[in-house]
Amino acid sequence: MKIIVLVKEVPDTYGERKLDLETGLADRAASEPVLDEIGERALEVALAHADAHADTEVVVMSMAPESAATTIRKGLAMGAGSAVHIADPGLAAADLGLTARTLAAAIRRTGFDLVITGNLSTDGSGGVIPAMLAELLEVPNATALTSVEITDGSVSGTRDVDGGTMRVSAPLPAVVSITEALPDARFPNFKGIMAAKKKPFETVSAADLGIEPEDLSAAWSIMTAIAEKPPRTAGTKITDEGDGGTRIAEFLIENRLV
Amino acid sequence: MHDLTDEEQQLYDMVCEFADTVVAPQAYEADRTHELSMDVVAQMGELGLFGLPFPEEVGGQGGDYMALCLAIEALARVDQSIAITLEAGVGLGAMPIYRHGTDEQKAEFLPDLVAGRALGGFGLTEPEAGSDAGATRTTAVLDGDEWVVNGSKQFITNSGTPITRFVTVTAVTGERTRPDGTVSKELSTIIVPNGTPGFTVGPGYDKSGWRASDTHPLTFDDVRVPAGNLLGERGRGFANFLRALDEGRIAIAALATGAAQGCLDEAMAYAKTRNVFGVPIASHQYIAFTIAGMQARVHTARLAWHDAARRADAGLPFKKEAAIAKLVSSDAAMLNARDATQIFGGMGFMNETTVARHYRDSKILEIGEGTNEVQLMVIARELGLAA
Repeated sequence: MKIIVLVKEVPDTYGERKLDLETGLADRAASEPVLDEIGERALEVALAHADAHADTEVVVMSMAPESAATTIRKGLAMGAGSAVHIADPGLAAADLGLTARTLAAAIRRTGFDLVITGNLSTDGSGGVIPAMLAELLEVPNATALTSVEITDGSVSGTRDVDGGTMRVSAPLPAVVSITEALPDARFPNFKGIMAAKKKPFETVSAADLGIEPEDLSAAWSIMTAIAEKPPRTAGTKITDEGDGGTRIAEFLIENRLV
Repeated sequence: MHDLTDEEQQLYDMVCEFADTVVAPQAYEADRTHELSMDVVAQMGELGLFGLPFPEEVGGQGGDYMALCLAIEALARVDQSIAITLEAGVGLGAMPIYRHGTDEQKAEFLPDLVAGRALGGFGLTEPEAGSDAGATRTTAVLDGDEWVVNGSKQFITNSGTPITRFVTVTAVTGERTRPDGTVSKELSTIIVPNGTPGFTVGPGYDKSGWRASDTHPLTFDDVRVPAGNLLGERGRGFANFLRALDEGRIAIAALATGAAQGCLDEAMAYAKTRNVFGVPIASHQYIAFTIAGMQARVHTARLAWHDAARRADAGLPFKKEAAIAKLVSSDAAMLNARDATQIFGGMGFMNETTVARHYRDSKILEIGEGTNEVQLMVIARELGLAA
């Protein structure tokens, strides 16, 4: 069983995040880069399966600038067997379509039984990469799973929907995405950190994957304008003069908050 | 710190993350109830923290003393009690067994010690003997193939937890005559398993700080253990623990640096969000300068312990550097705790705040592992002064 887990370096989720208004990209210098938590949880799903099934191979994969190698290596320290890092300056401003095409090419090149991703990254928040990948790889896709069971020939799980829970399953190979309902990832230990140095770490370019970043025959999303988030305005202050409760209720209804 | 390798930096970051997510949330309650969380200890064990400086052959993580001290610093930022539990568990529990134990002793104790499944204590301090270890009164007499231990010890860390397996006790095992004709005590170290008849672990102390750290007085009343429980050579007890004490100073320096860093982090966060007279207090020059001074102390303390640890790992003499590191870093912790509580104002006097806990916890850093007066004595002697 070969499981590819997609991981991503993002600005620290709990730190300040800034957008570079010149390029429209996240300002990577503005805060500590970390491995996206949702990707760590996806990796935990794969590693937990590998703990119980010795013949499992776990590969972490990421499309990220060269500088992200240290962060990706954390996935190896946690227990993944190898890493594939797609690093190419030409991909710096890739939209979701180009990102999916590039990742799909890399996934195909590495070979896979199962791809596990987070449902949504904390920085770009596109949320469509898993579906795009499944489409490009021509395999089934189960999204936003809150539990995952992997067997030899299939993957199944549950998905929370309004007022209920769905059970879904797909034959392998497949792409699944998971939500934050899945358990926290394990911490890497020192032995893992030291072992990570010796694990295979492959760096590939767009050309290696047969991807031309400037290929305009595919659809592109084009950013036409970008602006800083408007500063927070002062809230509405309700002073209780005996009718405070009623006025709060009115405010909530007025703003469709209830 | 630019002197850290990538792997060391990753280790430090990883333990910081563990400290923030697992250790910090329980620190106040553990301090309030004087209760060491065995759940946290177990998680530290699973993480490999107790095995950091030991080779993989004995179940360790294959790191060095530097690696252990990085972990101690990272934990101490949020909880000094947990950090000292690791420091004592490794430095005083496992390390003497690893260094001086027979193959049988290692096989019996090391696997569980390095995995954090068991803890060992080191019984050195007595009511009449602290830094002056030569004043030890506890005795051990060989009777047939058993040692009979009598005496008492105090302030012994990790000696009474549910997973404490033994305490290594320093005891007078005879007298020896020096070449100059003077007679001195022969000190040896003996492993006394918890639960041995006559070995009583007294109730935990009501300490002003490090309250979640497990610390007890111990009494030995005709305690009989096999002759094979002698740890290391007979009469080498003093020599054996001297290195442990010198190394311990580096670890305490790392712990103190973590405490000083924790105070800095708390003060920074608070000063940026607390508004007085319409502006965050951090924009007042006095507060900004205070925080700048705190940062300078953290940096100096860290440089000092890094250098001492690197020397120890390289097999170079490090006695003086360890004493200096312990001296400056415990000062840094005390001063930063005082500044941080002052910046917090009234809230800094509330035990629920981390800075209040650091304020109480940091005092012992100037006392334990050799008082700061002893550090000055060590440094003076290393300079060749007759102190």
